[in-house]
Amino acid sequence: MTGRWRWPLRIGALGYLAVLVALPVGTVFYRAFDHGLAAAWDAITTTDALHALWLTVLVACIAVPLDTIFGVGVSLILARHRFPGAWLLDAFVDIPLALSPVVIGLSLILVYGKTGWFGNWLAARGITVIFSVPGIVMASAAVALPYVVREVLPVLQELGTEQEQAARTLGAGPWAVFRRITLPNIRRGLAYGITLTTARVLGEFGAVAIVSGAIAGKTETLTLYISDSIENLDPAGAYTGAVVLALFALAVLTVLTVTDRRRESWHGRAAK
Amino acid sequence: MADVGAPAPPGSGPATRLLDGRPGVDLSAVGRRAARIGGPALAVTYLSLLVLLPLAALLSNALSGGPAAFWRAVTQPEAVAALELTLVASLIVALVNSVAGLAIAWVLVRDQFRGKALVSALIDLPFALPTVVAGLTLLALYGPDSPFGVNLAGTRLGIGCALAFVTLPFCVRSVQPVLAELDRETEEAAASLGAKNTQVVRRIVLPSIAPAVLAGAGLAFARAVGEFGSVVLISGNLPFKTEVASSWIFSLSQSGDLSAASAVSVVLVLISLSVLLAIGWMRRRFDAPETV
Amino acid sequence: MHPRLQSVFVRPFPPRRRVRAGLLLVPALAVGLVVTGTGPAGAQGGSVALVAYSTPKPAYSVLATDFAKTKAGQGVTISPSFGPSGTQATSVTDGLPADVVNFSLATDMAKLVKAGIVSSSWDKGPTKGMVTDSIVSFVVRKGNPKHITTWADLVKSGVQVITPNVFSSGSAKWNLMAAYGAQLSQGKSKAQALAYLTTLLHHAVAQPASASAALQTFLAGQGDVLLDYEDDALYAQHQGEPITIVTPPQTILIENPIAVTKTAGPSAKAFVAYLLSPAGQKVWGQQGYRPVLPSVAATFHFPQPKVLFKIDKFGGWTLVNKQFFDPQTGLVAHIEQSLGTSTASS
Repeated sequence: MTGRWRWPLRIGALGYLAVLVALPVGTVFYRAFDHGLAAAWDAITTTDALHALWLTVLVACIAVPLDTIFGVGVSLILARHRFPGAWLLDAFVDIPLALSPVVIGLSLILVYGKTGWFGNWLAARGITVIFSVPGIVMASAAVALPYVVREVLPVLQELGTEQEQAARTLGAGPWAVFRRITLPNIRRGLAYGITLTTARVLGEFGAVAIVSGAIAGKTETLTLYISDSIENLDPAGAYTGAVVLALFALAVLTVLTVTDRRRESWHGRAAK
Repeated sequence: MADVGAPAPPGSGPATRLLDGRPGVDLSAVGRRAARIGGPALAVTYLSLLVLLPLAALLSNALSGGPAAFWRAVTQPEAVAALELTLVASLIVALVNSVAGLAIAWVLVRDQFRGKALVSALIDLPFALPTVVAGLTLLALYGPDSPFGVNLAGTRLGIGCALAFVTLPFCVRSVQPVLAELDRETEEAAASLGAKNTQVVRRIVLPSIAPAVLAGAGLAFARAVGEFGSVVLISGNLPFKTEVASSWIFSLSQSGDLSAASAVSVVLVLISLSVLLAIGWMRRRFDAPETV
Repeated sequence: MHPRLQSVFVRPFPPRRRVRAGLLLVPALAVGLVVTGTGPAGAQGGSVALVAYSTPKPAYSVLATDFAKTKAGQGVTISPSFGPSGTQATSVTDGLPADVVNFSLATDMAKLVKAGIVSSSWDKGPTKGMVTDSIVSFVVRKGNPKHITTWADLVKSGVQVITPNVFSSGSAKWNLMAAYGAQLSQGKSKAQALAYLTTLLHHAVAQPASASAALQTFLAGQGDVLLDYEDDALYAQHQGEPITIVTPPQTILIENPIAVTKTAGPSAKAFVAYLLSPAGQKVWGQQGYRPVLPSVAATFHFPQPKVLFKIDKFGGWTLVNKQFFDPQTGLVAHIEQSLGTSTASS
C-alpha cells in the first residue's frame, strides 16, 4: 500500500537513520579495527579487559531476567487488573529513565551505602551491596527497569482479553492461559523489550561508575574499562570494547529474532 | 463510538470488567487469588528496592537543608537555565523522533527491501554503546574536524543530535510491535470499500498506533531529560548556553553539594513525571474508544 | 474458534522448554551470590587497595610492576580504582575499600580526615603528604600556530580556550587559580585579576565535565588552547597526539596528596614508602610528574616558569573553595552568571 509514499518514506526514514545511527556506529567499528585486527584483539584480551567483559556478562545475566520477570508481571497487572493507584505504578515504572544515571547511583548509595539508610543493617549481616557486584546489578537493573513494561504493555492493551477469557471459559488455568495465549501474543514486544533491556544494561555507565568503585579486575565493567581507556588515550581499547558490547547486543537481538521467527512459522502453520 | 465520558481506569479496557468486576465468578482458584495479591506485592517490592526507596532517600536528602535551601538550589540562575534547556531540548527531540521513529517503524514493518534485517539490527545499537563512546564518536563526526563539514560542537543543535541518537530506539521499538500486530484486514476492507490511502492511515492506522507513538515519545523524553554522557562532549558544557541539567547535577555532586544536587534532580523527576502522566492520560484517551 | 485458541487445545505446545528457561535464572542468581562473597575486601596479606584520581593510571601501572620487583613489594598485588578525584573521595567515605588514597587536591583528603578514615597528621611527613608535583600548562596545536605564550595571549580576540567546568573538575580549579595568581604576580589588583577570569571564561568555548573530557574535546579539534595538568599533556604528547606544550611564565605549583588509611596494613605503608623513595620518584618523573624529592627532581629538566606560586598564596584550598568555587555563592559562580545572563539572549 501507499505506493506513492513508499519512496519518500523509505528515503526519509533510512536517511535519518543513516545520519544519526549508522554513521556513528560505523565509525566505532571502523576505529576499532583501524590499527589492525591484532591490536584490537590485544586490547580486549588483557586480564582487566577480560574480567570486565566477564563481569558485564554476569551482570546482564542477572539483571536482564529480573527486569524481564518484573516487566511482564507489571504489564499483566496494569493491563488486566483494575486497582487504585494503578496509574501511579504505571508512571513510577518510568522514573529511572528520567533520573540521570549519576543520580540513580548516588541515591542507591544513600540507601545501601555505608552511611545510608540500610548501611548498618547490611553491615551487621556482612552484606556488601555498594562497591560490589550486587550494587552493580541493582544499578543496571534500575536503569533498564522500564523497557520490558513499555514494550509489552501496549501490545497487551491492543490485544484485549477476548482470547484469554475464552480460554478460561474452556477451563484453562491461569498459567496455561499465560503460556499458550498471552505469551505467544506478546512475544514480539517482549523480544524487543529484552533486547532494549540487555542493550541498556550492557551500555550503562553513569550509575555503575558511582556504585561500583571501578576497582580494576574486581568491580570494573566493560563500559568502565572503556571509559578508562578513553581517558588514557587508548582509543583501540575503547573502540574495541564498544564493538564487543555492540556485538553482544546484536547477538541477543539475533537470538530473539530467530526464535521468534521459528515460532512464527510453527504457529502460522498450525493456525492455518 | 465516542463512549469516553468517564475516564477509563488505567490499563483496563472495558472488556476486562468481565474478569475483574464481578467477584465470585472467577475466584474458585485459591492460587490465582494468591497470585493476584502476591504478584503486585512482588512487583512493588522490586520497584521499591530499586527505585522508590532510592528516590525517597533522594527527596529526604534534597530537603535536608530545609525548604529554603531547596528553593535556593532550584531557583539558582545556572540551575534554572540548565533545567529550561534540558526540558525544551528533550521535548523537541521527543517530537522529532516520534515522527522519524514512526516512519522508520513503518518502513521496517510494511516495506520490503534488501538489507532490511541489517537496518533493523542497527536500531538498538545506540543503547548498547557506552554513552562516552557515543559522545566521542558524535564529536568526531559532527564536531570541528567533521568529515562532512558540519560543526555542531558547542551548539544546542549538537545537544539535540546527541539526544536524538540515544532516544531513537524507543520511538522505533514502541511503534514497531504494535504496527506489526495491527490487523491488516481492516485496512484492506476499508481500501476495498473505496477509502483512500490517506484516509486509511488517518482513520484506521493512526488511532491504533497513537498510544504506542505516545508511549515512545514519553520514553524518549524521559531518557533525554536524564542523559549525560553522550551529550556533554559535543555540547561543550558551557554554563547558561549548552549545560544540561544532569551535567549541572554532576557538578553539584562533585562540589560536595549533594543536597543541592538532590534538589535539582527531584525537580527534574517531578517535571518528567508530570509529562509522563500527561502522556499516559492521553494514551488512555486513545485506548478507551478503541476497545469498545 | 479463534486460531490461537485452537492451538491451545488442539495442538500440544511444548511447555517444558519455557520452564527450563526459567530455571536458568537460578544458577545466574547463585553465581551472583557467590561473587558477592568474594567481593572486594580490605587489604589483608598481599593486596593493597589503591583509590586514586584518574590521571596517574598509566603511571601506577608502571609503579605497581616496579614495586613488585622490590623486596618489600614481593607478592603484593595492587588493586587500583581510578576516577574523578571528588567522586573517589566520596566513595571512600561511602565504604569503598581503600588502603592508599591519592587525590588531585588536598580538599579531597580533608574529606577523609573529617570522616575519620585518614589520620589528621597525614601531611606531617617530609614531603608534607604530597607524592607528586605538576604545574598548569597551556596545550596548543602542534607548532603553536596562534603564538600563545602568555596569559594575555589567551584573551586576545579570536582565541578559543578550553578549560573544564570548575564545579565538576578539580583540574579546572587549579587552572583558574593559576590564571588568577598569574595576574596578581604581574602586579594586578584582586579586582583586575577577577576581571581577567571573567574575560578568560568568556573565551572558553567549552567547559567539559572533567580534565579528561577537556583533553578529548581539544584533541577532537575544538579550541586553540587547553589549560591542563603538565603531566597529562606530557602523556598525551607521548601517546603521539599532535600538540605542543607551552609553559606559562607564571603558573601554579600543583601538589597531589597521598596517604594511607588508618586501617591500612604494612604492605600499603611499604607501597607509599616506595612511591616516595628515589626509585619511585624516578618513575613518577619518567611518567611526566615533577618529583617531590629535590634530589630526584634535579635529575629531570622540567621547564621552570619565571614565577611559581602555591595554593597557600590564596589561603589554602578550604578558603579558596569557599570563596571562589562554591556553586551557589562563589566568585566564579557569579562570573558564570554574569556571562550567562549577558550572552544567553544573543
